[in-house]
Amino acid sequence: MSYEIIGISVLWIFLYGYLIVASVDFGAGFYAWYAKASKKDHIINQLISRYLSPVWEITNVFFVFFFVGIVGFFPDTAYYYGSALLVPGSIALVLLAIRGSFYAFENYGSKQSNVYMFLYGATGLLIPASLAVALTLSEGGFVIEEGNSVSLQYLELFTSPLSWSIVALALVSVLFISATFLTFYASRANDRPALKLVRSYALFWSTPTIIAALTAFIFLSQHNERHFENMMDLWWMLGLSVAFFMAAMWFLHSEKYYGLAFIFVMLQFFFAFFAYGIGHYPYILDPYITIQDGSTHESMGLALVIAFIGGLVLLIPSLILVFKLFLFDADYVKGKK
Amino acid sequence: MEFDTVMMSRLLTGMTLAFHIIFATIGVGVPLMIAIAEFIGIRKNDPHYLMMARRWARGFVITVAIGVVTGTAIGLQLSLVWPNFMQLAGNVIALPLFMEVFAFFFEAIFLGIYLYTWDRFKSPYTHWALNIPVVLGAGMSAVFITTVNGFMNQPEGFAMENGQFAAVSPIAAMLNTATPTKVFHVLSSAYLTAAALLAAITAFAILKNRGKASDYHKKALKVLMSLVLVFGVLTALAGDLSAKFLADHQPEKLAAAEWHFESEKNADLVLFGWLDGEEPQGAIRIPGALSFLAFGDFNAEVTGLEEFPEEELPPLWVHYMFDLMVTIGGALIVIPLVYLVISRVKKWNEHNKGLLWLIAASGPMAFLAIEFGWFYAEVGRQPWILRGYMTVEEAATNSPYIGLMFFLFLALYIVLGTLCVITLRKLFRNNPAELELEKHYPHLKKEDDQ
Ligand code: HDD
Ligand code: HEM
Ligand code: HEM
Repeated sequence: MSYEIIGISVLWIFLYGYLIVASVDFGAGFYAWYAKASKKDHIINQLISRYLSPVWEITNVFFVFFFVGIVGFFPDTAYYYGSALLVPGSIALVLLAIRGSFYAFENYGSKQSNVYMFLYGATGLLIPASLAVALTLSEGGFVIEEGNSVSLQYLELFTSPLSWSIVALALVSVLFISATFLTFYASRANDRPALKLVRSYALFWSTPTIIAALTAFIFLSQHNERHFENMMDLWWMLGLSVAFFMAAMWFLHSEKYYGLAFIFVMLQFFFAFFAYGIGHYPYILDPYITIQDGSTHESMGLALVIAFIGGLVLLIPSLILVFKLFLFDADYVKGKK
Repeated sequence: MEFDTVMMSRLLTGMTLAFHIIFATIGVGVPLMIAIAEFIGIRKNDPHYLMMARRWARGFVITVAIGVVTGTAIGLQLSLVWPNFMQLAGNVIALPLFMEVFAFFFEAIFLGIYLYTWDRFKSPYTHWALNIPVVLGAGMSAVFITTVNGFMNQPEGFAMENGQFAAVSPIAAMLNTATPTKVFHVLSSAYLTAAALLAAITAFAILKNRGKASDYHKKALKVLMSLVLVFGVLTALAGDLSAKFLADHQPEKLAAAEWHFESEKNADLVLFGWLDGEEPQGAIRIPGALSFLAFGDFNAEVTGLEEFPEEELPPLWVHYMFDLMVTIGGALIVIPLVYLVISRVKKWNEHNKGLLWLIAASGPMAFLAIEFGWFYAEVGRQPWILRGYMTVEEAATNSPYIGLMFFLFLALYIVLGTLCVITLRKLFRNNPAELELEKHYPHLKKEDDQ
């Protein structure tokens, strides 16, 4: 396999990782606020903060990893996306900054504040919406190069049904993934009242998730036929995605195997996300950047792959340690430590 | 001065970095201070030191959060604001940037564990050891990013073929000639600044207590002042090496800092003053000292500004940045020395008001030195972004919205800075160390204040 294929695969896997951990984080922030607003915070907020406190910084690093990695493996992305995304990227950054720091002020500071809580919840939905724009742009037609300047066609972007359907999909996915995770976490903590509440959230958001996915798919077929056809060739992946979704729903309905239900939801998104990604090949930005032409020098590609393997050797044991201490240590989850 | 897109891009990057560096420096330096305090505490079985580690760590998380979000901002802004630069240089600097992310990962993971496991392990050393990856991770991220900055000053590790980089060697680019001195100076100054910051807070707490120092504060001040001295000396040494590096490889930057117009032997060091044409006025002149600073030899020849084309010269106001940094560097050696000497002599009281005020000032002074140093290093590189290969003008985005973005981020930093201070004050104001010690270690008998 050539290093640019390794590179894009690694990046896509990490983006998938970010999709999951960030969805859990963003959704949890929203639920924490929603529970407070609807006076149910005594039921779930303890649970949410026990999970989130140790991991929010790790979630952020996934994001940094992705954008540093993509610019590293494919420097042309810095030029095209960098030029085009100045405004949406800056807005996303401001939202991320508000969210991360306000989380710290709220949790490590001494006083609870409703304003922080609200901003924390609201940004949890706005950030995925603004990050989803990058995916829309990659479909082509929104970023235009004329002479020496690259610009973003705002009007087309904001009037495109595709871009709105992707935003909608991002929002409902966040709420759905997060709720299934919290259901699992609450069941581990043996916290009945919380379990009941978050399970109802998970069930509620399942149908909109599927509808939004279908809508986005239809609009994609109108916007970028090549991509759509490629995805149809990967029908078996899409089929698996739907099958895992059904199985997860079955577990949630019959109130058992919550752990497995969450894993199935992860697999549901895994197959859909990879069918989308593989169908996108060979373009990173249609039609300007392809994986082959946009890639970095071979020596750098090799160095990055080696650094990546070295990094994993360091990280995987550390992540296992975190999971052992905070996710699978029953006493910690239950709040006894 | 014209506020075109290039200018606004520079202002935006400069502002973000100037803000990030405050928290990044804390992020690099404070974990080491925590580790030292906790280690002494375990060794001597002294709750005072353990309490220092706890309290510093508690404040630290707040600053880390801001370090992380502003770092994320600058990381993405490199592509958003300097797309042409990243497209070209990305081929060569991707490796250290990528490895930096792993360092963050490592740091973030263990910081999470460290903060939430104070009393979870049998051996106190286990918990202490969890901080080591944090110290290393933060230190390594500073090392990696500094190699990138070194590369911008001394681009090496590639060949140039029709406007594109070819034959790229990522390792050679990382280990460019600027890297060793820069890394040394950046690390030592971060540790110096962290120690000075914590010492300043301690001194301030004593002053607020009408000069009465509790045992907790006495012990803290003593360790911290020793550390300020050690890292102050190391920083000055590293700074001297940096100046020697400049004299050899970037003479225009040193000459601009010294208002050194004509190449000459036995060159004088010019401190402060102002310029009248090419004549420094009202300055303190130390004969031969510039030759010594640059080459370790009073008779060596130092290259002057006359030897460079006019359009490649950096602005001359960096002179003040350099002088202020060096002055503060001197003060941060003298102050701890005075403190340590006084505390040795039984008759003298090292907790006298004047000295405490000086110590309290040394924290902000250290941060100013960091800012002055970076402004000197970055503005002194002008007009280049990649010295000799790409100018700042060629690198910047041409998006018309850049000015708007500048104000967006300005507002963000004002909000973050203000809330950070408010939160930290709330966290500690109603919770003095003595009270917390009693709560946490009830067996500790109440010691008399002096
Ligand atoms: C507490 C902070 C601090 C203190 C006390 C000093 N410095 Fe410094 N200096 C820095 C913090 C710093 C820095 C922020 O770390 C810089 C900015 C860029 C860099 O590489 O390090 C720097 C840059 C820097 C440079 C430019 C390096 C380059 O552009 O490649 C020189 C020549 C010196 N310093 C020299 C000194 C000398 C002779 C000092 C005498 C005591 C001194 N510094 C004290
Ligand atoms: C963290 C401390 C730093 C501070 C306070 C700082 C400050 C500044 C300032 C004031 C400018 C504007 C210079 C001018 O326009 O005259 C600037 C420019 C810049 N700096 Fe730094 N800098 C820091 C570190 C770094 C590092 C570590 C890198 C790279 C790895 C870097 C990359 C850049 C770039 C790309 C520019 C824009 C191009 C230019 O104006 O030269 N900076 N920085
Ligand atoms: C162009 C310059 C720089 C870039 C692109 C940059 C990038 C970043 C990024 C992306 C983060 C957040 C990582 C996370 O998610 O945890 C961060 C945080 C951090 N940066 Fe920077 N950085 C720059 C300059 C510096 C410098 C000059 C130093 C040290 C001297 C430094 C030290 C740190 C540290 C220690 C953190 C961790 C946060 C903390 O503990 O406070 N950075 N930086």
